[in-house]
Amino acid sequence: MTAHSSNQDVQLGMPQLPAPDYPADVRARLEADAKDVVSRYPDSRSALLPLLHLVQSEEGFVSRTGMRFCAEVLELTTAEVTAVATFYTMYRRKPSGDYQVGVCTNTLCAVMGGDAIFEDLKEHLGVGNGETTEDGKVTLEHIECNAACDFAPVVMVNWEFFDNQTPASARRIVDDLRADRPVEPTRGAPLCTYRETARILAGFPDERPGAVAATGGAGPASLIGLRLAKGESVPARVVSPRGEAVDEPPQPGSRHRSSHDAPQSTSDSDPHHPSGPVTEEGE
Amino acid sequence: MTLSTEQGGTARPGAPGPTSPEKLLAPVLSAFWDEEESWTLKTYQRHEGYQGLRKALAMSPDDLIAYVKESGLRGRGGAGFPTGMKWQFIPQGDGKPHYLVVNADESEPGTCKDIPLLFANPHSLIEGMIIACYAIRSNHAFIYLRGEVVPVLRRLHEAVREAYEAGYLGRNVLGSGLDLDITVHAGAGAYICGEETALLDSLEGRRGQPRLRPPFPAVAGLYACPTVVNNVESIASVPAILNRGKEWFTSMGSEKSPGFTLYSLSGHVTSPGQYEAPLGITLRQLLDMSGGMRPGHRLKFWTPGGSSTPLLTEEHLDVPLDYEGVGAAGSMLGTKALQCFDETTCVVRAVTRWTEFYAHESCGKCTPCREGTYWLVQLLRDIEAGTGVMSDLDKLNDIADNINGKSFCALGDGAASPIFSSLKYFREEYEQHITGSGCPFDPAKSTAWADHRTEVNA
Repeated sequence: MTAHSSNQDVQLGMPQLPAPDYPADVRARLEADAKDVVSRYPDSRSALLPLLHLVQSEEGFVSRTGMRFCAEVLELTTAEVTAVATFYTMYRRKPSGDYQVGVCTNTLCAVMGGDAIFEDLKEHLGVGNGETTEDGKVTLEHIECNAACDFAPVVMVNWEFFDNQTPASARRIVDDLRADRPVEPTRGAPLCTYRETARILAGFPDERPGAVAATGGAGPASLIGLRLAKGESVPARVVSPRGEAVDEPPQPGSRHRSSHDAPQSTSDSDPHHPSGPVTEEGE
Repeated sequence: MTLSTEQGGTARPGAPGPTSPEKLLAPVLSAFWDEEESWTLKTYQRHEGYQGLRKALAMSPDDLIAYVKESGLRGRGGAGFPTGMKWQFIPQGDGKPHYLVVNADESEPGTCKDIPLLFANPHSLIEGMIIACYAIRSNHAFIYLRGEVVPVLRRLHEAVREAYEAGYLGRNVLGSGLDLDITVHAGAGAYICGEETALLDSLEGRRGQPRLRPPFPAVAGLYACPTVVNNVESIASVPAILNRGKEWFTSMGSEKSPGFTLYSLSGHVTSPGQYEAPLGITLRQLLDMSGGMRPGHRLKFWTPGGSSTPLLTEEHLDVPLDYEGVGAAGSMLGTKALQCFDETTCVVRAVTRWTEFYAHESCGKCTPCREGTYWLVQLLRDIEAGTGVMSDLDKLNDIADNINGKSFCALGDGAASPIFSSLKYFREEYEQHITGSGCPFDPAKSTAWADHRTEVNA
């Protein structure tokens, strides 16, 4: 399922062989981490989601080997682990880029420009939804509402906030990422790789100095009500946080038809998955 | 028509009067978000942090539950169920462990209050959790944070670490005899996990699918033990109630909807952002004080509390934004996510996108929701592309009616809301898509940068 997810042909014949185990040193290291994770919960199975984040931090995606590891640690079957891993969109099911660039295209961000940004990035990077650039740096996807609507349109890179984006500012982010230039979010810590992010998600605090404090207390939009309540006047609206004047031609991709909104690779869109396709109509 | 519905103009009225922001707003949770290190324990303590906890620990747990009940605090996650009553439902002396689970899976489209709250002031949640655990006799609490917000996760890790170090967590909290551990748990991307029973399944390491109720979580929740599931903002509001008193709390808002809350303004407005105010403020007041809609544009439709709450229009600008007021207007207060769209926005496009979201996020457990949202998307895409037929509109209504109230959880109800309400207020616009040649709107005009050639912006 993992290696052949793009192959839509029906394949009969021998079932897949069990996944190989991690090399002994990797396994020993992950087992120590897993023990730490399991100890946080009264019932070991609760550790499954963080453990899937943990194995994702090892390989950059949730491999069959990773799922086997989780199953063995928690004394579950690989089928039980697979059922969970395929339910949640944050678990990648194939090798992907160091940087996950997610453009919010839920209604509010889409209307405010998210659709145009997403179309523009697809063209600029030459990849479609869920695809990775040839250099292995950037995986592009459209994402659902990320609870930052007052900063719309929003782009997330490795789940750090890039607020108030434009097609030009979003292009600059991906260009910088691909050129290994440092990229800092408007809210969050300087970017680390997707694997490092996955480790934080597994419950291991970010140890980098200054990571917690980066970008200060609250974003500008979060403070508007407070400023008004203190008798200050409305601050001018920040539209281009990365410091450029906005001067762009109308975006060709803005004639959307929701057509990009094909389902992501999750259980309900995967024709190979026994839960059955729910939204497989695609384009 | 007033300033607010038409355009920006001046930022706000000059002298503070009864309608000035100073009078209308009430920053409590957001009161010190502008401080340099607002998320730290040090800053929180400087603003009377953990004083509410000391007062709570001086009371008996039962008295504490009664106190929170008398304050009238209602759930801020959408449903508005009285918080103290949820606590009271936990059976005592049953010999089972009790759990508190904080729902920080904020994912409802348009909703953006808990994430900035936790980013800027995580200790208000930690303090509220300690108080709640003391009340319901729980020794282990969980914060289920959606995974897609790593900056917030960092600050929660840090806040919990600080709280342990200061003796607010761990063994014998402040000498009260309470032992308490908090586990921060990151989700993995699934809107449905914001539904409390799906959240519990997810926290147990399963696919996040809702459970049939009864039994309710208060009786059989996490690991089939008595469990309180509360929204972030509900719990974070508790310390201030204890510290300043329930009378102070009930002096704000209305009798049935007392207190303060975070309103999140977004979309085609001059000043999107967080506005903390007593319950019952109106959208007109919020727009008037913040510069209104973006210059040169009019409000067309808005959601009072996220995409699952039926759309409202310009005629609802004076509806008091509290549980009763919005309910009487035919919608729900929900999460107070005020997404405002102006006349450049195609309502069919907006509803199509929301419906695609619900179809994607339906967990698949209940047939009406799984199948219904799928077919709604098919019909809406056709209509948006100009290939729909008139009978599709009744079919939309019919399918939405077959989803609404017919599944385990409220996701399907939420999916039906924008369909019903948009057909009610904007049927003509749907018809235009069918009789004309598709969508008559230019999406480029709706973007945040659409008016930049003529407007001066900072």
